[in-house]
Amino acid sequence: MKRKPLLYLFIFISPVLAGWVALFVGAFSVSPVMVLKILFNEVMHSGLSDIPEKAIILDIRLPRVILAGLVGIALSGSGVTLQGIFRNPLVDPFILGISAGAALGCALSVGFFSHLPIQLMAFFFGILAVILTYTIGRTQGEVSRLPLILSGVIISSFFTAMVSIVKFLVDPHKLQSIVFWLMGSFSLADWKMVKIAGAGITAGLLPVLLMRWRLNAMSMGENEAKTLGVNVKRERIIFIAASSFAVSIAVSVSGIIGWVGLMVPHLVRMMTGPDHKSLVPLSMAGGAAFMIFADTIARSLTDFDIPVGIITAITGAPFFIYLLKRGGKESWGK
Amino acid sequence: MLEIRNVYFRHQGNQDDILKEVDFRVRTGGMTTILGPNGSGKTTLFRCITGLWKPQRGDIVFGDRDISGISHAERAKIFAVVPQEHEPPFPYSVLDVVLMGRVSHVGLFASPSESDYQVAQEAIHTVGISRLSDRAYTKISGGERQLVLIARALSQEAPILLLDEPTSHLDFRNQVVVLKKVKEITREKGLTVLMTLHDPNLAMLFSDNVVVLNGGSVICTGSPNAVITEETMKMVYGIDVSLIPWNGTSVVYPRIDI
Repeated sequence: MKRKPLLYLFIFISPVLAGWVALFVGAFSVSPVMVLKILFNEVMHSGLSDIPEKAIILDIRLPRVILAGLVGIALSGSGVTLQGIFRNPLVDPFILGISAGAALGCALSVGFFSHLPIQLMAFFFGILAVILTYTIGRTQGEVSRLPLILSGVIISSFFTAMVSIVKFLVDPHKLQSIVFWLMGSFSLADWKMVKIAGAGITAGLLPVLLMRWRLNAMSMGENEAKTLGVNVKRERIIFIAASSFAVSIAVSVSGIIGWVGLMVPHLVRMMTGPDHKSLVPLSMAGGAAFMIFADTIARSLTDFDIPVGIITAITGAPFFIYLLKRGGKESWGK
Repeated sequence: MLEIRNVYFRHQGNQDDILKEVDFRVRTGGMTTILGPNGSGKTTLFRCITGLWKPQRGDIVFGDRDISGISHAERAKIFAVVPQEHEPPFPYSVLDVVLMGRVSHVGLFASPSESDYQVAQEAIHTVGISRLSDRAYTKISGGERQLVLIARALSQEAPILLLDEPTSHLDFRNQVVVLKKVKEITREKGLTVLMTLHDPNLAMLFSDNVVVLNGGSVICTGSPNAVITEETMKMVYGIDVSLIPWNGTSVVYPRIDI
């Protein structure tokens, strides 16, 4: 595959473009130029008088945009990783049950164990879910496509049921916040969340980013990767743990947002080719841009702030169907 | 030198040995073929040598060291395995696939360097498929794919090539093209080849040494002319054959009455 520098550049700066648009679009209209002025002044520390636009941009919209970008990076980056190690273009953190597992961890933490850090609970149940999905989906040392997806469905529905039990038992004040947060939204974004997400997602995805080229060999199948010299067991655990960690952090700040990790790596792969050396960073950038864009639509389409998880599900389901139909029988096979 | 010493293998919880007292040497340089019918234990033996399965008894010795317990990364520097051609889930370019051979040379947290790319390009050139370098591996023919996998094995820079029935998915022409290429490259680079085949004629044409495997045991080893005889073929394959002398070797021809 020939490299395409212009396309790469465009994908890498797309989150910045999407972020800029997201900052001036909204119920309170701010001009595009004013957005740049405010940002510039903030960076240069030259005191701009306290106009209302400044607070809206810097305290409300900017943390929301950055948080959306970070969550997009986490979901898409882990999606492309999981597709590579499971040799399955139809999986993402949502389908494999990581999101549902992390959600249970968060709900338990909010509802009952408020002394335990929410991110840690999310990670524990997130990785538990993906390990269960993998163990159930693995037959005779091979992980075929359909069994893996089916076991993801089973595990997701199990963990979702557990979340329902938590919702049923928890006190009504907490219930409201759990329900709203589960729908997947950035409306509560603040700078504190940005810091948590920034640190956690960076820590989670750094090993993935460094080891990304090895996904090429690993996607050839377990036996072949072994004979090429890959320590499959160890590296698979690193990849799964690292990407589950990033997803758990994302879920803890934004709830369940599905399909991003499936759609974005696919679109990027179609544009730039499957080599994970470029695909992984490009998918992360694309994920950030997509998430910021989807969130902008979610909050400006109507007078209400629609949870962005609804928007991604509405686009994701038809996309999945398209992939299945295009791939024909092979999508269901090995 | 590679030595298979007294290897036994059975699957867990199974009573029957699939490999029994398998014992032979692979001479350095040249091509050694493990010949045998379906179910003779060729694939099992192959998996034991590549380290995917672990024999219950016996040693696999390279140089003077038992390598049956070493890591896959170390093993990849001794053996370069050419699997049967197959389709990966993603349409990697031919260069990307060949570059995978460098995985044991590139650090865990690193990407391939300029020199890794060079090794891969050279391997592609050696096999004679430079024109395919940018094509998608999923969109080329089976014979071409087999050549790509051979190039990948070369880029591993290991002294021994292991080929698992390299001709089984190929048509008549490509079987000859692929094995001829392997023979040329082995000679040129001084590599050792160990491969499994089930066609005695291909074994006759392309090997320096043949190990006949049947029922999990070695029946005989030696030069193709010495080993591929009417008696051993009858014993191993259960059909009558005639050996027709041709050009210093002979052609194995099934005797049939229609």
